[in-house]
Amino acid sequence: MSTNDIVTIYVPRDSTALALGANEVAAAIAAEADKRGQSIKLVRNGSRGMFWLEPLVEVATAAGRVAYGPVAPQDVAGLFDAGLLSGGNHALHLGLTEDIPFLKNQERLTFARVGIIDPLSLDDYLAHEGYVGLKNALAKTPEAIVEELIASGLRGRGGAAFPTGIKWQTVLRAPAAQKYVVCNADEGDSGTFSDRMIMEDDPFTLIEGMTIAALAVGATEGYVYVRSEYPHSIATLNEAITIATARGYLGENILGSGKSFRLEVRKGAGAYICGEETAMLESLEGKRGVVRAKPPLPAIEGLFGKPTVINNLISLASVPVILARGADFYKNFGVGRSHGTLPFQLAGNIRQGGLVEKAFGLTLRQLLDDFGGGSASGRPIRAVQMGGPLGAYLPQSQFDTPLDYEAFAAIGAMIGHGGLVAFDDTVDMARQARYAMQFCAVESCGKCTPCRIGSTRGVEVIDKIIANDERPQQIHLLKSLCDTMVNGSLCAMGGMTPFPVLSALNHFPEDFGAPSEQAA
Amino acid sequence: MKRQQVFDVAAVRSIIADRKDMAGAMLPILHGIQEKVGYIPADAVPMIAGELNVSRAEVHGVISFYHFFRQEPAGQHVVQVCRAEACQARGSEALAEHAQSVLGCGFHETSADGQFTLEPVYCLGQCAVGPNLTIDDELHARVDADKFKRLIQAKREA
Repeated sequence: MSTNDIVTIYVPRDSTALALGANEVAAAIAAEADKRGQSIKLVRNGSRGMFWLEPLVEVATAAGRVAYGPVAPQDVAGLFDAGLLSGGNHALHLGLTEDIPFLKNQERLTFARVGIIDPLSLDDYLAHEGYVGLKNALAKTPEAIVEELIASGLRGRGGAAFPTGIKWQTVLRAPAAQKYVVCNADEGDSGTFSDRMIMEDDPFTLIEGMTIAALAVGATEGYVYVRSEYPHSIATLNEAITIATARGYLGENILGSGKSFRLEVRKGAGAYICGEETAMLESLEGKRGVVRAKPPLPAIEGLFGKPTVINNLISLASVPVILARGADFYKNFGVGRSHGTLPFQLAGNIRQGGLVEKAFGLTLRQLLDDFGGGSASGRPIRAVQMGGPLGAYLPQSQFDTPLDYEAFAAIGAMIGHGGLVAFDDTVDMARQARYAMQFCAVESCGKCTPCRIGSTRGVEVIDKIIANDERPQQIHLLKSLCDTMVNGSLCAMGGMTPFPVLSALNHFPEDFGAPSEQAA
Repeated sequence: MKRQQVFDVAAVRSIIADRKDMAGAMLPILHGIQEKVGYIPADAVPMIAGELNVSRAEVHGVISFYHFFRQEPAGQHVVQVCRAEACQARGSEALAEHAQSVLGCGFHETSADGQFTLEPVYCLGQCAVGPNLTIDDELHARVDADKFKRLIQAKREA
């Protein structure tokens, strides 16, 4: 390659990369190239999802993209000396990006473009199979789109795992002059960041998925409800909506089809409960995020009383590939009734944290060891919380459970949104149980008593257990309280807070000062 | 504690006027006001209520329900330390202790010099690289005691 060729260098703009100094690295690279009189094209791509390597700098070479990481601004001059622009060797050289095992061993369908393209280049998106799904959908009847979704086996990726196509069918069949599509991007579960990555790193995928949903059910307006903790996501998504609208992919008369769909981003305000779909609707309507009783289902009476599709962001972002490649293609990934892939998120005390999209069916241990490389601290992983603050804590003995919805339900756990948080052996599980109750007390919407009062009583009871104040009676009381919360709460907030509490107590009784037979 | 809150009434009025016809206008209005003023002044409540044709109690109920909205001005900088599980697994509780001692205030409080308001946040979506925090709009990952001191010092000197 002659020195006159303009070399493309990629430095991510994903917020995790930014939090680790990607902007400073990008500025250093631009300055160094300038100083050396070398022309480069600097692309701010999304993250590949290998966060222990961020900021990950890539260089386009004839052989493919070559990666370096984690790069600090002070490494940049040395990288240029080592021949960065031609993929030269250096201590931070990682070889071809696609050959890094963490990435190579994934099955990226929903995340196919993430980290590869410039998130706000619609041309980049189109060059990577973007909007093929929408074009196919425009050639189909709404019923045929819904059939395709049902046939794909896609289930809600927010955690409840309800078949997405069936939900769409209900909205399609509900007669109404106005219908809505709402995307739940209130990704409040600790240990999850896949929604954020789509919004920041490949926002057109979400826009395309929502547009297909609108065509399928006959909706003309949509909202993306994004949490206020995600300012970068909100900014990127808003820019992408403007671009897609200007190019005729969104708004009035989409691609000349005569169909219209207007999309708007709405910002949450720091309430975890607004990730519950009916609380989210209340919030979108401008009210306190208080959970609604069901029925009526939102599919029949949702936003402003109209039939509404509410899907998790990853469900919607998985729609384009299904419409582009067909239901069979998607359905053939996975096991049992868990079809397709899930973007798992490796978080907490893990050496190689990041995003792993895989077909259902691998085990938790494969995720933790093969991808995660064990704990970050080097100590043994003692517990993993799967599925956010309402998910169970799993001990080592359950790490061989295959990741499929039914297998997890069978052990009283859930896959949820695919986030897992690893803890090493310094964790105190009684404290984690207390935290679960406390979080519920802080975030409860207050509508139902088991959740509102039960969570506060739960903190008190666990405090007594920790203080060894009538411990056996208090353990009995805690179980009874959890039973009330599970069976008496209006939604998953109160109904599932007992999962982390009881799993901690049952699997790690020694942390509560209880002998194992007592806790069983 | 109720003290006189001085704010740009005309600006608030124009935010309300611009947004009141949006579907579900309440949150967009409150966000607009907080972005402009830094908090939601008590005197803005009847203004919003009047324009949206709801009671003042309803407006107050919404403001107090959401953790994000503040009813009092914050310090010059807002420091939000993540206290959720993924950061806990990477040492955020030690960071939370450290932050309180460096700033000399507890959570939901402002340092004596009025420079920093310390708040908890439950997940910033950077769960593989914690402990994480934000200072105003800047995100910082893998924050240990030294890094925290450096970040705060830089703000003090800025």
